[in-house]
Amino acid sequence: MSLPASLTDFTLAEARDAVQAKKVSSKELTSAFVKAVAEARPLNAFVTETPDKAFEMAAASDARIAAGTARALEGLPLAIKDLFCTKGVKTTAGSNILSNFVPPYESTVSQNLWDAGAVMLGKTNMDEFAMGSSNETSHFGPVFNPWRARNSNANLVPGGSSGGSATAVSGNLCLAATGTDTGGSIRQPAAVTGTVGLKPTYGRCSRWGIVAFASSLDQAGPMARTVRDAAILLRHMASVDPKDSTSVDIPVPDYEAGLESGVKGLRVGIPKEYRIDNMPAEIEQLWTKGIEWLKAQGAEIVDVSLPHTKYALPTYYIVAPAEASSNLARYDGVRYGHRAAGPKDITDLYERSRAEGFGKEVQRRILIGTYVLSSGYYDAYYARAQKLRTLIARDFTQAYEKCDVLLTPATPGPAFGVGTKSADPLEMYLNDVFTVTVNLAGLPGISVPAGLTESGLPLGLQFIGKAFDEATILRAARAIETASGFNAKPTQWWRAA
Amino acid sequence: MSVDKDTVRRIAKLSRLALDEARVAPMVDELNGIFTWVQQLNEVNVDGVAPMTSVVEQRLKMREDKVTEGGNAAALMANAPGGEDNFFVVPKVVE
Repeated sequence: MSLPASLTDFTLAEARDAVQAKKVSSKELTSAFVKAVAEARPLNAFVTETPDKAFEMAAASDARIAAGTARALEGLPLAIKDLFCTKGVKTTAGSNILSNFVPPYESTVSQNLWDAGAVMLGKTNMDEFAMGSSNETSHFGPVFNPWRARNSNANLVPGGSSGGSATAVSGNLCLAATGTDTGGSIRQPAAVTGTVGLKPTYGRCSRWGIVAFASSLDQAGPMARTVRDAAILLRHMASVDPKDSTSVDIPVPDYEAGLESGVKGLRVGIPKEYRIDNMPAEIEQLWTKGIEWLKAQGAEIVDVSLPHTKYALPTYYIVAPAEASSNLARYDGVRYGHRAAGPKDITDLYERSRAEGFGKEVQRRILIGTYVLSSGYYDAYYARAQKLRTLIARDFTQAYEKCDVLLTPATPGPAFGVGTKSADPLEMYLNDVFTVTVNLAGLPGISVPAGLTESGLPLGLQFIGKAFDEATILRAARAIETASGFNAKPTQWWRAA
Repeated sequence: MSVDKDTVRRIAKLSRLALDEARVAPMVDELNGIFTWVQQLNEVNVDGVAPMTSVVEQRLKMREDKVTEGGNAAALMANAPGGEDNFFVVPKVVE
């Protein structure tokens, strides 16, 4: 194989093969990415860069490669969303309340990656506590999308909440990255940055050591430049973990193995309810194109109905804040995190530590959650939302009697301008309209780049699969990747700055 | 059902969030916007529908009742603001 012009242009699979074949050392790869990360500081993709740790891990990897004991991801530099606790490395969750938090333990997902030989470049920026769809709620400032519209210098958001990871992958600042997805936080940023993002089935990746947002919805997953890379990373993130009681006892398959098997005979459901009001023509056209591509490769297209789709977002905005208000009760200024100065009593300590530590969107969601769980409102809001969730999940079960996967748009539009949607929370919430159903039903979903808008911005399509059938959505996404031939990259404007 | 200023103050208290008086009125509007929007869930007949509490169809795992990790006081205290001598420190709560 030939080496790319720049080592940072490697896909994860190419880099893996080159490292294993000793064509490039982990140190060389790591140096290239450490430099790229430093040059890309104007994008604000990283909260913490860990070059020293990266070089230390790379040296250990090179020693293993020399000794013939290389592991699956040996020496490959990755970025980790700042929601994963990393032992001895600051983990902020994008929040002021954790701005000095240094975990004494490692999350299971990141530990799995280090056990496979991967190298950590740093911790990526994100919406505070993963609450947001634009990375603008971060205490550490917004992240800029590497993509800009044609003939424009306006900064666009990278989506959220895994915006730093999406930018790092899209801008070639790492080979791949981890994300987490509670309502679309992997798939939506992947779609608007021209990258691949996969939210696995609930229970596939351990949640242990991931700062909790909404525990019944949160899942970790890979963000990568190609479908193959996402398949490789997922295999090494996923595990059955005794430390997470919701981790499911199903062995992790080799997702790379069946990737090229094609979609001949695959029954692809098209849910009519995803044809939402005021859907931009470009999204509609992309969806139609996706259907044509799959048909041409021998897939069978089936019309299906998911009648409760329109209730998914309002259901989510009861369930997620309710769980968040409970999870975030632990930030009390006593055991860890920000502590207000000079408290006059214990209540004052709690109230001011939390008010100073949490940002506006997080406070809003804590208040929503507290309200819907409070006496007198629980049945009207929370209990009703839980029942809606049953109906939403049932829609999928019924649809899967007729099809194997579902194809939908990934987002209602391309990346938007920084500051253009942050005034109205409802408008921001609508970014997750196509992704949130999947979290409520606990299913796997993948966003794959499928084309550019007229103004030159990436758009994605989403496949939704049956529980624990990540292999099929990866295979279907690979078919779209092949058909679309999507290989556009953003110009690296930040390097000239 | 709509929230008023007193409700916002009450839920802020329940949430242990100090809320400046200046932010109470805007929060009333924001929350009412969101709660009005979620009212559409009332269109759905949910009679006889079981609430979903978990998407995982497996029994919660039980582990052996024994200490697996312990004796890590220093690690536990490392991030405690104002912790002293392996104690978490809070303002006086008992008179």
